[in-house]
Amino acid sequence: MLSRTAASLYWVGRYVERAEFTARLIEATIRLDSLSPRPAGEGAWESALLVTAANHAFTLSGEERSPANVSRYLTLDHRNPSSIRACLDAARGNARAVRTALSREAWEAINRAWLGLRDRSFVSGGPGTLTLVETLKAEARGFEGAVHRMLRNEGSWFLMLGAAIERADNTARLIDVKYHLLLPEGEMVGGVIDRDQWTTILHTVSAVNAYRLLYRDGLRPAQVAEMLILRRELPRSLAASTDEVVNLLNLIGKRTGRQGEADRLARQRQNAMNRATIRNVIAGGMHEYLSAFIIENGRIDQAISQQFRFA
Amino acid sequence: MDTEGTFDEIRGHGTDAARPEFAALGEWIAETPASELERRQKAAEAAFRQLGITFAVYGEEEASERIIPFDIVPRIFTAPEWDRLSEGLVQRVEAINAFLADVYGARKIIADGVVPPELVLNNPQFQPALAGTQPPHGIFAHICGIDLVRTGPDEFFVLEDNARTPSGVSYMLENREAMLRLCPELFEMFPVRPVDVYPDLLHETLQSVAPRGSGLNPVCVVLTPGHFNSAFYEHSFLADQMGVELVEAADLHVDDDIVWMRTIEGPVRVDVIYRRIDDDYIDPLVFNPESVLGVPGLIAAYMAGNVTLVNAPGTGVADDKAIYSYMPEIVRYYSGSEAKLPNVETYRCREPQALRYTLDNLEKLVVKLVDGSGGYGMLVGPTASKAEIEAFRAALIAEPHRYIAQPTLALSTVPTLTESGVAPRHVDFRPFILSGGNGVQIVPGGLTRVALREGSLVVNSSQGGGTKDSMILTGPPSQSMGPGGLRQTMGGMSQSLGAGMSQTMRPLGGGLR
Repeated sequence: MLSRTAASLYWVGRYVERAEFTARLIEATIRLDSLSPRPAGEGAWESALLVTAANHAFTLSGEERSPANVSRYLTLDHRNPSSIRACLDAARGNARAVRTALSREAWEAINRAWLGLRDRSFVSGGPGTLTLVETLKAEARGFEGAVHRMLRNEGSWFLMLGAAIERADNTARLIDVKYHLLLPEGEMVGGVIDRDQWTTILHTVSAVNAYRLLYRDGLRPAQVAEMLILRRELPRSLAASTDEVVNLLNLIGKRTGRQGEADRLARQRQNAMNRATIRNVIAGGMHEYLSAFIIENGRIDQAISQQFRFA
Repeated sequence: MDTEGTFDEIRGHGTDAARPEFAALGEWIAETPASELERRQKAAEAAFRQLGITFAVYGEEEASERIIPFDIVPRIFTAPEWDRLSEGLVQRVEAINAFLADVYGARKIIADGVVPPELVLNNPQFQPALAGTQPPHGIFAHICGIDLVRTGPDEFFVLEDNARTPSGVSYMLENREAMLRLCPELFEMFPVRPVDVYPDLLHETLQSVAPRGSGLNPVCVVLTPGHFNSAFYEHSFLADQMGVELVEAADLHVDDDIVWMRTIEGPVRVDVIYRRIDDDYIDPLVFNPESVLGVPGLIAAYMAGNVTLVNAPGTGVADDKAIYSYMPEIVRYYSGSEAKLPNVETYRCREPQALRYTLDNLEKLVVKLVDGSGGYGMLVGPTASKAEIEAFRAALIAEPHRYIAQPTLALSTVPTLTESGVAPRHVDFRPFILSGGNGVQIVPGGLTRVALREGSLVVNSSQGGGTKDSMILTGPPSQSMGPGGLRQTMGGMSQSLGAGMSQTMRPLGGGLR
């Protein structure tokens, strides 16, 4: 496979995943915002900006921090590299350049999502945004399904690898922002604010029912954190993404005979993850743990580009 | 132009009834409500847009991607019509290849005074650097798209020989897929020959012209300028259908006159490049030094015989409009017989007498730039304004050698869905001819372009033209309703299934094999 093709597929995987994550985040934020009479609703959109690392850029844009403005910024704004539109533009640009490496179905899912957004210049408040977000989630699921029906070779593996790296980053950022905001040192948890906030997080990673199944227990922040970080059963957990990166690199390595720094770093991260317990993570500082994870994820991303000569 | 008195390919001359062999189509057009035709046409266009079968129009914003309008009413050729066309096309393409081998070799045709030397040697499309270089297997123009027009039942003319990088074959294939899906009943009425063998034939052709010694499974690639090119969809489509890599210049490098592509497993040697980049841009060391689309050293690798370029560089000298006017002589010179497909009568404005005639009859003629294409730089006298005619008159007087003129032909029409129902519109036809180690092959089909505006003769997609499916029939039409027709329907069904399968089953890592 051409190195350029591998690079484009990897980025298609990343951008589609990011678009879907942003869509989920918007959906959960709308839900949280509708609770605004309660204290948890305050700052719902602010924290959405924080999760997508777009807070600073939004401030620079000089727009008023209204729900409508922030939701448009996250959905349609070209200037925001994490907006759904920017992600779909980038995903489609990459997909178009490597059309031959995608199945027809995979391409169609991306192109349809892109066409659906192309002529929109505004979103008509909550219900309109929700419909949009629903459609995008459906297209993203369609894309994922199509990828799993592609030949099991480098093509689909690079797509999935990009998605796994992106998913690890997104989940880590989500926990970091929420946890950081909501769990000041030593504060007791379990109040109504936490409940709303944690439910929002679970919605964002579509894990509300998963939590009930795994814990059969009320919402406890430490357990939510454990599930999102360490439980392999949850596809969006950091541990699951970590495993996936290792496995995909293995498959690619066997096929191409090329293993290296990326494999080493990914396995190292997996070993550390195997040893971790949620108690250690909390004791060592959740924010520090997540920041380190995000940096390590970036390092693996770099190693992948070098190992397969993306640039 | 007035459509009265022109030949309609389905209805014949000026009658309402269809030609007997196409009676079933006439009934189909009459009985299918326009709203239903419109619905199907919209469904086809929606599918094209979803697949991304778009093209960019030069001069418009980069972001503008348009689909070429698709017309739901097909054009049909009978088996005898097609057989005669095929003979003429084979003869013509063989002559083109013989001519190219000659002008880059011994130049006998010039020595014998058949073609004026300056027309070849001073031609901007002639590549003097390549004189003396013969490509592997001696074939220059592996893929030709010969543009034909028709004025009567037996009157076909060659309008243009496209021997560089003709495009449009993806429309031939995708239009057929759309017709099979949306108008299956037509394939029960008529025994239509399948076109979906084209990618296989193309792949065979590419492999058959690999440099000697490149092994049993030569590595073929499609070289594209990139996804901003107007024909990118076609490049990716063909690479996809053949199961070969679609490369950009940056994916290739030349080392010691050998071409390599950069893959995740390391460099892989490339034997055959189906390049969809013009000569000017293909190698910055030899041609345009500004080109970032090209591969430095590619021409040296070609001259060393280590890689086959499809089509070979320098083929433009054979499809140039000035050379075109000599094609009847060229065909006679190499084949020893008269051209089976005549040219459109052509006035070479470089000749004083022809120039005078052209200037005196501008309002009746079509005037073309010798090196123009895509409908740019062209005057259609009968529909042009006074100002346009005067502008061309001035240009002709200033640089007569850059122009040719042709009479305005009464181009044939085919019924076409318009805003006011089904009405005749002018068409042309581009079949695709493959020349490889196994001889010359033509897929039974081609690209029919249709001028959608009433009376318009300009079919180019950049000028608002559309496309149609072009159906070639197997047997005499009288059997079309019999068992033969049914058998063919089955063939049609497995054909579309086959295309779908090859899509999903296509091996992805072409470089691995």
